[in-house]
Amino acid sequence: MKIREIQKLLSANVLTCTDRLDTDVRSACGSDMMSDVLAYVKDQAVLLTGLVNAQVVRTAEMMDMVCIVFVRSKKPTDEILALAEQNGIAILTTDLRMYDACGILYASGLQGAL
Amino acid sequence: MADVLRLHFTVDGEDFTSAGEASAQVKKKLRQMGYDPELIRRVSIAMYEGEINMVIHAGGGEADICIYPDKIEILLSDKGPGIADIALAMRAGYSTAPETVRNLGFGAGMGLPNMKRYSDFMNVESVVGEGTKVTMIINT
Repeated sequence: MKIREIQKLLSANVLTCTDRLDTDVRSACGSDMMSDVLAYVKDQAVLLTGLVNAQVVRTAEMMDMVCIVFVRSKKPTDEILALAEQNGIAILTTDLRMYDACGILYASGLQGAL
Repeated sequence: MADVLRLHFTVDGEDFTSAGEASAQVKKKLRQMGYDPELIRRVSIAMYEGEINMVIHAGGGEADICIYPDKIEILLSDKGPGIADIALAMRAGYSTAPETVRNLGFGAGMGLPNMKRYSDFMNVESVVGEGTKVTMIINT
């Protein structure tokens, strides 16, 4: 699934890396605990989270993730956006809550860690 | 010991936002050196979890990375409170991190287990009241 499709499915805003919307995302992970995210390794993944701080971007960077979706209308700071832009990570924000956002992507064929 | 590349970083314990900078730099360096992305990910995650631990629990510390021809060694040392029961600390889900740390997305009790999972060898030495030394080796 491309980042562009995730944006459409979640009615999301794109805040960084608008030129990377055609990047392929192969799996997804939803969590507010970064160590749980770090326990899960897969290439080209998207992270859905309600946690907003710089360590979310750092975690995604370490995991080679290509996209972060902030759920529940959370707004990242300029510092967070700059770090993401620098690392080529697309930041999306959606008004949807975690369960709904994950459910929509899963139902549309985006796999989890299995 | 020929061809050993050594990197040293001081991890600032005061600034949670900058935690992970040393790991990010190591990751960039390994990329430049052309290592396999999967291996780079293992090294970065293991070191990042260690770096976060030093910031959360020990007020920062020192990170020394040695890149040998056949392995990458990560040595993390701090002068924090130490770990009284290492076996307990290694248990997945066990954490002494306060609520403030959990609100930042850490303290799930997965740090040390993740470090062990992503390294080929890990040793934790700790003296209560003096500090902790973690050695991790990832074979290349």
